[in-house]
Amino acid sequence: MAGSQRVYRQRIRSTQSLKKIFRAMELIAASRIGRARERVTAATPYARAITRAVSALATHSTVSHPLLSERTDTNRVAVLVITSDRGMAGAYSASVIRETERVVERLEKAGKEVVLFATGRRAVSYYTFRGRALGGSWVGNSDAPTSEVADEIANTLLSAFEADADEGGVGELHVVYTQFVNMVTQRPRVIRMLPLEVVEGVAEPGANEVLPLYDFEPSPEEVLDALLPRYVRSRIYSCLLQAAASELASRQRAMHTATENAEDLIRMYTRLANQARQAEITQEISEIVSGADALAS
Amino acid sequence: MAELEVDIVAPDGKIWSGTAQQVSAPAADGEIGIRVGHTPLLSVLRRGELRVAGAGGAPKRWIVEGGFLSVDADNVTVVVDSVEQVSGGPSAPTSH
Repeated sequence: MAGSQRVYRQRIRSTQSLKKIFRAMELIAASRIGRARERVTAATPYARAITRAVSALATHSTVSHPLLSERTDTNRVAVLVITSDRGMAGAYSASVIRETERVVERLEKAGKEVVLFATGRRAVSYYTFRGRALGGSWVGNSDAPTSEVADEIANTLLSAFEADADEGGVGELHVVYTQFVNMVTQRPRVIRMLPLEVVEGVAEPGANEVLPLYDFEPSPEEVLDALLPRYVRSRIYSCLLQAAASELASRQRAMHTATENAEDLIRMYTRLANQARQAEITQEISEIVSGADALAS
Repeated sequence: MAELEVDIVAPDGKIWSGTAQQVSAPAADGEIGIRVGHTPLLSVLRRGELRVAGAGGAPKRWIVEGGFLSVDADNVTVVVDSVEQVSGGPSAPTSH
């Protein structure tokens, strides 16, 4: 009987130390999420400026660019998966990977050959465990991506898009990431990044306003050449930032739930331990009483 | 007098925003200066010095690493890849 009491106390102690860890991780995620959201906000002016410039260019000139046109010479497509480096974020990485599987299946049904690019250790280990080759992978800092990492990813993907068909060139680029809607809702999203479709943010002229006629320095082609890779880079960066904010929000929520579960367990074990102690006392009393009875009679 | 609305943005945030009389930037074909009433322009930037001159005081200066510049109805947006503030007042020698 004394044994079960000891077992319960042991469980309470270990659950208490786990609870401390969960609580600490929840607080860490909560403090980082503010910074992650600030980064999303800080990157917005840049993205908006680029989008405006690209849409101005698209409305005012009729130049074509390799990044804007569909490729017909290859049926390879690239899919970039953005996941986290660590777990402990509930279904965050799992739902991105599930969404990716769906996209891959859809593309393969359409007769395409899919090349996967992965960021985050979770996706990398998922695909290497299943023996699927990755076209490229980036790990580390999934909860605080820098613009250098975004540049590196964008450069790799852009050069894959510009490469010849027989040198592993790809005809399309899809990105699967988690959109940060708010603290409660984050949803996995698939966007087709390349070839580019500039639709968002095209400024409609007002009723008595004429769109300005831009001068392009040095030439529309060269401006487009400089702008489009930056546009892709900034969109990939914003995907990474949104994914980071989503990861932290999921982690905070998962750790909050874990803390609550630990509390429930502690409460349950405390009751069981009390019950065991009470049972032991009752038994001892009845043993003493029956012993005294036996002596008295 | 009308003024230019200037925004300078980098990938990880807004660098500076405010009004100015004149903006000089290292465009692809050479230095360009922009004042109020400039025709709409989209230009590629190369490495060089970006200067923003306000109504009074010393012009603000940055070394920019490439990017582009757009001018649209007295709104100047300078988008740079990386930027470095040049310190020093009006008497400081230009560093190049």
